Order: sequence, then C-alpha cells, then structure tokens
Amino acid sequence: MEIASLTIDEIREGLVARRFRAEEVAGEALRFAEAENPKTGAYLHFSPERALAAARRVDEEIARGAEPGPLAGVPVAVKDVIVTRGIRTTCGSKLLENYIPPYDASAITRLEEAGALILGKTNCDEFAMGSSTENSAFGPVRNPAAPDRVPGGSSGGSAAAVAQGTAVVALGSDTGGSIRQPASFCGVCGVTPTYGRVSRYGLTAFASSLDHIGPFARTVKDAARVLGVIAGRDWRDATSAEAPVPDYTKALDGNVKGMKLGLPREYLKDLTSESGSLIERGVAVLRKLGCEVREIGLPHTDYAIATYYVIATAEASSNLARYDGVRYTSRSGDSATLADMYRNTRGEGFGAECKRRIMLGTYVLSAGYYDAYYLKAQKVRALIARDFERAFQEVDAVVAPVSPFPAFRLGEKVDDPLAMYLSDIFTITGSLAGIPCMSVPCGRTTEGLPVGMQILTRHFGEATMFRIADAFERTGGLPGRQAG
Amino acid sequence: MKITEQEVRYVAGLANLRLGEAEVARFRVDLDQILEHIGKLNELDTEGVAPMSQVLFDADATATLRPDAIVPPLGSQAALANAPEPGAGYFKVPKVIER
Repeated sequence: MEIASLTIDEIREGLVARRFRAEEVAGEALRFAEAENPKTGAYLHFSPERALAAARRVDEEIARGAEPGPLAGVPVAVKDVIVTRGIRTTCGSKLLENYIPPYDASAITRLEEAGALILGKTNCDEFAMGSSTENSAFGPVRNPAAPDRVPGGSSGGSAAAVAQGTAVVALGSDTGGSIRQPASFCGVCGVTPTYGRVSRYGLTAFASSLDHIGPFARTVKDAARVLGVIAGRDWRDATSAEAPVPDYTKALDGNVKGMKLGLPREYLKDLTSESGSLIERGVAVLRKLGCEVREIGLPHTDYAIATYYVIATAEASSNLARYDGVRYTSRSGDSATLADMYRNTRGEGFGAECKRRIMLGTYVLSAGYYDAYYLKAQKVRALIARDFERAFQEVDAVVAPVSPFPAFRLGEKVDDPLAMYLSDIFTITGSLAGIPCMSVPCGRTTEGLPVGMQILTRHFGEATMFRIADAFERTGGLPGRQAG
Repeated sequence: MKITEQEVRYVAGLANLRLGEAEVARFRVDLDQILEHIGKLNELDTEGVAPMSQVLFDADATATLRPDAIVPPLGSQAALANAPEPGAGYFKVPKVIER
C-alpha cells in the first residue's frame, strides 16, 4: 500500500476486498508520518492510540459484514485549533501548551463516525492568526515543495501533511484565507465551505462571523467526500445551516460545458507575477472545456483588507479574552492581584501577532471609535457581499487567483505585518461574503512552486464549485504540474 | 499620526495585556500603519447601508433553536482538569479586593 498517494476510494476498495485491514493502514500511516514529519514539521503531535482504536472499530464493522462508513480507514490530520478529546490541542500557542480538551469538535465526531482515523494534530499560526505558520509558538513548518519556504498559513501544517503524503486528507480552518492560501502554496486542494455549512462547535474561536472548518485533500473528489461527511446542521452551533447536504461527488462528471465563469478585473490588475500567467493558462483550459468566461466587476475589492482587519480583530479581541490564566491556560506566577495575573499571563503568553491583533481589535471597539471603525467596516462588508450577489446573477462561479505570489521564503515577511495582511486580498473577499470557495492546483512556477486557482460560488453552491474544480483537475497535464 | 504611545498603553490596559516598552514602541508604529490603511474605508459613502454582522441565508425563524432536550454537562471534574489552580471544586485566583 502506497500510503503517500492513497485516495479515499482506494482505501475503501482495499478494505472491502480484504486486501488490507484498517489497523494496517493506521499503523503504516503512523509509521510513515512519524518518519517523514521531521522534513516539514507539519504535525505537532500524533495520536496513535486514537487512530488505532478507530481502525479496530472499522475492522470489526467490516468483519461483521456491515457497510463501512464513507471515510473508513482514512488517515486524517487535524489542525491544532480544532479540539480533540484527550488529545492535546495547543492552537499553536504557549498559553495552551498543555491543554487537553474534555470534548470533541463536532467535525471530529462526524469524521470518526464515518470511519476516519485521526493521526495527529498539525501546526498552525497561533490561534490561526497569520499567513505563513511562522507565528506558531512551536516553530515554523517547511513547504514540502521547497523546504526554505513557508507552507502558507494559518493552516500550514495541514496543507503540508497532505502535500507530503503524511495524511490522506486534513482539516483546517479558514477565517480570511487560512485554508485556500496554504493549499495553493503546497499544491493541494483546500476548501472553505459556505459559512454555516460545517459546525464550528469545537473550533477555537478567532473571528466568529468569519470562521470556517474545511478540508484539504490531494484530489477534488476526496475533498468533496470529506465535506459531505462534516457538513450539516449541528444544534451545538446556532449558526450552522439547516440546508440539506447533497452527495457532492455526484457533481463530479467532468461536464462544465456552457457554464458561465466570471473573471474579476479588480483581481487581475495587480497580478504581474508568474502566478498570474498560470491563472491565465488555467482560465484558458476552462474555456477549452466549454466554459464561457467573461470579465466581471467586484468594485469594493480594494476595501476588503481594511474591512477584514477591523472585523476580524474586533471579534478576536473579544474571543481571546478567555485566555486569562483562570480556566485552561497556563498562569503567570507571582501576581499579587487578579488584574496583575491577567495582564502578566496574557503579556507573557501571547505571541507578537496575537498581541497586535488584540490591540487593534480592542482599539477599534473602544469608546468613541466603534462607529468609525467597527460599524463602518460592517457596512462595507455588506457592500462586498453585494458585489458577489450581483456577480452571481450573471455567472455561475468566479475564478480568481488565491495569492498574488507563490510560497515566500521563511522569514521574508515576518517584520512587515501590513505587507503580510495585504497578501490576503484575493481570499478575504470570499470570506467576508461567506460564500464557498476553494483552491485547486493550477500548475507550478519555473522554480517548481505550486500555484492554486480559486473558484468561488454562491451560498451553498459547493456542488458547482467541485464540478468545475474536478473538470479542471481531470485535464491534468497542465504545464509544470507535477504529481503530489 | 493615528495613535500615540499613550493610547497604546491605554488600549493594552483595556485588553489586559502587559506590554514592555519595546513592544509599546513597536505596536505604535504597526498600529499606525494599519490604521492608516483602514482609513481607506472613509472613502466610501455607506449612508443607508445596513451593517452586516453575520452571514445570513433563508431559514425558518426557529432554525437556530436547539431541541429542548436535556444534555449532560461536562461536570466539574472535567471542567477543572486544565485549570492552573483548581481547589475544592473551584477555579482559584489571586486576591480580587483588598480588605
């Protein structure tokens, strides 16, 4: 069994045909992941007992002659901001270095009910704040395609694990691009579903009105399968949607003839790098498949970064107030009063980027500034969402770049926070609108760096998004495209 | 200049963050740059635009209600398991009010 290139369907076929048992898959996947992990540092820690126990349950089911679940025996990596009962969940933060959650996120429960094997937890920017995974308190992750470069972020570990083959699929979280951008940098598929499509219960809150859980996979079909399992209403998350979950794999028939795609002119004007020409070639491929491509306007794009960094930091400053040294974080020693204990614990525990965002969020919510910043940003958010609504009256999907450039070098941007924020421009608009969007591999630069193409559709239009991504993936031999 | 060091210290106090002097100086510069960029929002006339505080989609008025069923809570033992200083079934903290 070639653990590094297995798909969900291959695992299932192997299990059903009794060529191997889930316990063997778990053992081999763990052995391979532990051996390969030092190359990237994608995983922070492994959960062998849990993976093996889940595998044994799958094997028992199959031995009983029962139909195995849709993710039977599939090794999964989980971003360390998603809580796992009994397995350390650090959020990439010193504050939660020893935190062992007493419950599972709903997405984790659903994965395991479907037969998945949780291999371990992946590194990420502290509390998912960052675009490079360099803000983790536990060291950076290296890009499997180029070890001197970042994997993107904040879900860099999950993207790297899937690209490296140390997991078949992975869960990440996305608030402003944290799934799509690392997927693009590492050359895998990364999906941010409609806001509310996947329950956020057990996802450590960063910006609650923008947070999503979504899958990483090496193929569109695998991503579609995982989303089908984790999507759906969950009473534990009041914002999770009631809308029925279709079998997304049914949409993967390769037929996109006559589909109308929009190319936002605002996204292309600044795109001069090699990433831009790869996206243009990708669009040409979609045209050849029979899609009708036209230019569209998303006129408020230029205001998206400003809007996002008001709303996301305001919500974060409130959400991160809970890390105060009382209930689950480590506590700074020797504080005379409660107020000192809070200040010392948080001052010593948070890394620079978290502090910066807490400060910005507290500032924009502070007396006298609320209307000028937070309320203003919420209004502009409505305009950005309206841009997409108008676009989707004209087109079935929007095709766009994911990032203005491919993976950058470790350390290259750490000293310029605004430049790092500005690089999120193409992913943040979709996040603000709450629409489904994904990154699908679109080729490699001459240096061999992966570049992803983004596909965005209307609310709950995931099937359309997967259809386009899958048809595109089938064309395979894009210039510069390499396996895994 | 959008923000002074004094304001940075004030905001850090609101956020319960102890900052060193070097951090105060650094964050003043960083926040200044970011706030300068955010000032861009004022170019837009948003008169009459309803603020978007959530992503909304069509659903029944009761769609966000959970079933009225009793669900067992975590229990105090599990809830206290990660506390830096649990004691007698409570979270212990340093003195709040001087007598």
